[in-house]
Amino acid sequence: MKIAIIDYGAGNVKSIEFALNRLGFESQLTSDVETIKSADRVIFPGVGEASSAMAMLKSTGLDTLIPNLKQPVLGICLGMQLMCDNCEEGDTQGLGIFEVDVVKFKTNLKVPQVGWNTIYKLQSDLFQGILEQSHMYLVHSYYVPLHDNSIASSDYGLEYSVALHKNNFYGVQFHPEKSGKLGEQILENFLVNCNK
Amino acid sequence: MLTKRIIPCLDIKNGRTVKGVNFVELRDAGDPVELAKIYADEYADELVFLDISATEERRKTLAQLVEEIARHINIPFTVGGGISSVEDVALLLKSGADKVSINSAAVKNPQLISDVAKRFGSQCVVVAIDAKQIDGNWKVHLVGGKQPTDIDLFEWAKKVQELGAGEILFTSMDHDGTKAGFANEALAKLSDDLHIPIIASGGAGNVKHFEDTFKLGKADAALAASVFHFKEIEIPDLKKELKANGISIRI
Repeated sequence: MKIAIIDYGAGNVKSIEFALNRLGFESQLTSDVETIKSADRVIFPGVGEASSAMAMLKSTGLDTLIPNLKQPVLGICLGMQLMCDNCEEGDTQGLGIFEVDVVKFKTNLKVPQVGWNTIYKLQSDLFQGILEQSHMYLVHSYYVPLHDNSIASSDYGLEYSVALHKNNFYGVQFHPEKSGKLGEQILENFLVNCNK
Repeated sequence: MLTKRIIPCLDIKNGRTVKGVNFVELRDAGDPVELAKIYADEYADELVFLDISATEERRKTLAQLVEEIARHINIPFTVGGGISSVEDVALLLKSGADKVSINSAAVKNPQLISDVAKRFGSQCVVVAIDAKQIDGNWKVHLVGGKQPTDIDLFEWAKKVQELGAGEILFTSMDHDGTKAGFANEALAKLSDDLHIPIIASGGAGNVKHFEDTFKLGKADAALAASVFHFKEIEIPDLKKELKANGISIRI
């Protein structure tokens, strides 16, 4: 299986590569359009700030490539947020795959949310073998409101979408590569189950 | 519900753990990766690696170690110790660290916080603050707590938040090593003053101390070293007891 991790200069991508290694999969960190197009699975990571990440995608033409990919694509954290419409962070126009805006937490709780939170209302092959109320590791100040494409929820002052699915596109707000064995299970599910 | 975090801290010198550890299951007690794996399996929520070596070779050795840790550990980890430039941070993040902890360099050059936050995002910037009380006022200290400054803890904490810190790791030098509990009064004030998470450090001696720092000190996370390394407190037991006492904990 050829797995491409999209490289556009965003944060800690090595952790995803290592997590895949622990599962017995090799992957390629790449910004090359042809390599990404021909991969069996594509992982779209993202750590950092939305507008500068989007600018980096545009400068390499990846912004037009990603929405047109046909194989299963998994956006992680900011990667998932950039697959949505407008992001309040830096008033950034995203890729528009999921037709929902990303907004900032307006809560008395600490922002960013940092740490392990529970996920529930799990409804996708992505979560095969994962129990309701499992803990996942999250770091974020912006969130996706509940939406038709939601396949899991979490609570932080309100219930929000912690995972999305539409056609061949998947997104998770949490970091599966940093969420212990259960997170690794979700990555494996994406590689093995999510081939529709 | 978001859970409170338990964070073991490992001191590293030239790629090896420094303080003695009491783990019979360790084949090599000086191997940070092996110890880290045990903690991850015991449901530690995060790890902090603090590099205390001071040689020229330091940066390269540390980057290699960070890569080795990232290869084997499936929970988030922070790396700190002597980080003084954006290039230092870039190397560590590229090697696989999730966050960096900046201490003295942030006091000497506050701009470093905003430079790192802008380039890599606030989520990877932990500002470590060592402080102790002088005539009843909390003053920031440098060089591992040895060098006092005239900077007020609470003013400095607000400033680092403004500059883009994602979290604050507050160590009370008055409590560190005492095993008499965390500096809960100061911690609660930090939590009330700021909107970013606060990690409590210094003073852990028993399970009740952790409960107190989450309840009274309003801490978001608690860090400790020797009580974990010497198995005076076992993380699974600690987490079970905290949960039984009504604290939101990942088990």
